[in-house]
Amino acid sequence: MNDINANNIIEVKNLVKEFKGLRAVDDITFSVKENEIFGFLGPNGAGKTTTINIICTLLSKTSGEVTLGGYNVARERNKIRNCIGMVFQDPSLDDRLTALENLYFHGLLYNIPRSALKERSEEVLKMVNLSSRKNNLVMTYSGGMKRRLEIARGLLHYPKILFLDEPTLGLDPQTRNKIWDYIIKLKKSKNITIFLTSHYMEETEICDRIAIIDEGKIIALDTPDNLKNTIGGDIITILSEENVKLKKYIKEITGSDIHDAKEGEIRFEIKDSSSFIPKFIKNSPVKILSISARKPTLNDVFLDLTGREIREENASARDNLRMRMMRRMRH
Amino acid sequence: MKKELIGVYTIWLRDIKRYFRDRPRIIASFAQPILFLFVLGTGIASSFSTFGGGSGGDFLNFMFPGIVGMTVLFTSFFSAMSIVWDREFGFLKEVLVAPISRTSIVVGKLLGGSTIAMIQGAIILLFSPLLKIPITFVIFFKIIGIMFLVAMTIATLGIVLASVIKSMQAFQVITNFLLMPMFFLSGALFPLNNTVRWMNIVAKINPLSYGIDSMRFAMLNNPAFQLYPLWLDIVVLASVTVVMSILGSFLFSRQD
Repeated sequence: MNDINANNIIEVKNLVKEFKGLRAVDDITFSVKENEIFGFLGPNGAGKTTTINIICTLLSKTSGEVTLGGYNVARERNKIRNCIGMVFQDPSLDDRLTALENLYFHGLLYNIPRSALKERSEEVLKMVNLSSRKNNLVMTYSGGMKRRLEIARGLLHYPKILFLDEPTLGLDPQTRNKIWDYIIKLKKSKNITIFLTSHYMEETEICDRIAIIDEGKIIALDTPDNLKNTIGGDIITILSEENVKLKKYIKEITGSDIHDAKEGEIRFEIKDSSSFIPKFIKNSPVKILSISARKPTLNDVFLDLTGREIREENASARDNLRMRMMRRMRH
Repeated sequence: MKKELIGVYTIWLRDIKRYFRDRPRIIASFAQPILFLFVLGTGIASSFSTFGGGSGGDFLNFMFPGIVGMTVLFTSFFSAMSIVWDREFGFLKEVLVAPISRTSIVVGKLLGGSTIAMIQGAIILLFSPLLKIPITFVIFFKIIGIMFLVAMTIATLGIVLASVIKSMQAFQVITNFLLMPMFFLSGALFPLNNTVRWMNIVAKINPLSYGIDSMRFAMLNNPAFQLYPLWLDIVVLASVTVVMSILGSFLFSRQD
């Protein structure tokens, strides 16, 4: 490893993970820089959790090189474990214990001096607004509170990197927003690298860089803005009386590809929508019933790259099969 | 090294804390031994006169160490098997990703299960005055020591199984096909020296037989009830514990 970049806290090279013939992670290479928020974005079953589990020493790799903070993931597990904080996709609290007890046991496992442990517990609980409930059994917590407590616990030993695997999965929108507020606050107040995964597009916009992962491969990796810039400008959606004629006209004046969208609308991309729209409406050969322009989202990027939507409800049969197989393997 | 010891202590402490918080479990743990001892035991003892062969007066005394052994068996086995629970409910991940070795987790689990089993067994000892079995201070500590050894032996079996079995559905199968036969063929309920040959052979390879035998020695010290010398009991139990805990930590440390 001669070409290690000093600023890279995680280096993954040609990582492969196979589960009985299924390539869950298929030869991926990427690195995470110190103090950035790095996001893994992709549908369920794309290999996000599998990759994280390998980096955090829970799963062995089939081949490839993974280092974290300079430590080798296969040989220096305890050193890696010392400097990472984990918030897993599924809850991992002991719900028969109180919040404070969960933190206490965590502190013991990570060898935090007892004199500092109490103070730090209060500090992290305060950060996630759970101080008033610290002596309640976790059993009595709501889903959002549990997740917040897990974030607090993940921070207790002052990790260099915090992993958040689908931190908002299964939470209602309001709670989801709150969780992201905590994460942004955390980023501002501490020198910490955050590695998160999500299949909610909007949520990964807070990342400094995003890797879009699909079927075990990284298909794009860049800042959210750059990814969105790969789409040729703004997205225009039009409802008209005569689509065929309109499509032909748009093709003539813009040269863009035109797609059919939902409910009889057509959709295309254009560089500068604010000057295009007035001109377009004035000159259009057919009557326009409605027109809208919006900035591209990461969802459009994913759609552009794979031809599919990322959302679970639209997941293809193949994605679902992958997901089910990998779930089974993990247990 | 100090870190690993703290790790062992943490795993142990969590099990103890959970145990004392679970009052229904402590109360329920009385039910089975009482049922076995005072219903089944009394029933069998009084049937001796029907089938000929004296009053059966000593039978409850004979059975009492067996019932203590039963309590230790079920408690320590299921405490060790709670790893499967922790896996199902996610807490295991928190432990697995912590900077302590897998062996420390296994040792902590073993000690936790054994401590709880010892406490449960000691509670059953409270019934001894009812059976007029004298338990002096010295005998009490002998029994505690033996209970701990037996509990460790059984807990290592639990760890081995918990490392192989990944779902909770298997619990019923294990109870019916492993624990109950182990209990019935351990000499807890009836003497093994006069049974049929196959039973004798099975009892000989059943580690619990040695546990019950040593427990009976400590409590009653009646040569008529003794199958093996005490040193043999202890050697067998200790060897099984060592072998099974090595196997258990190996299996538990395997990565997918």
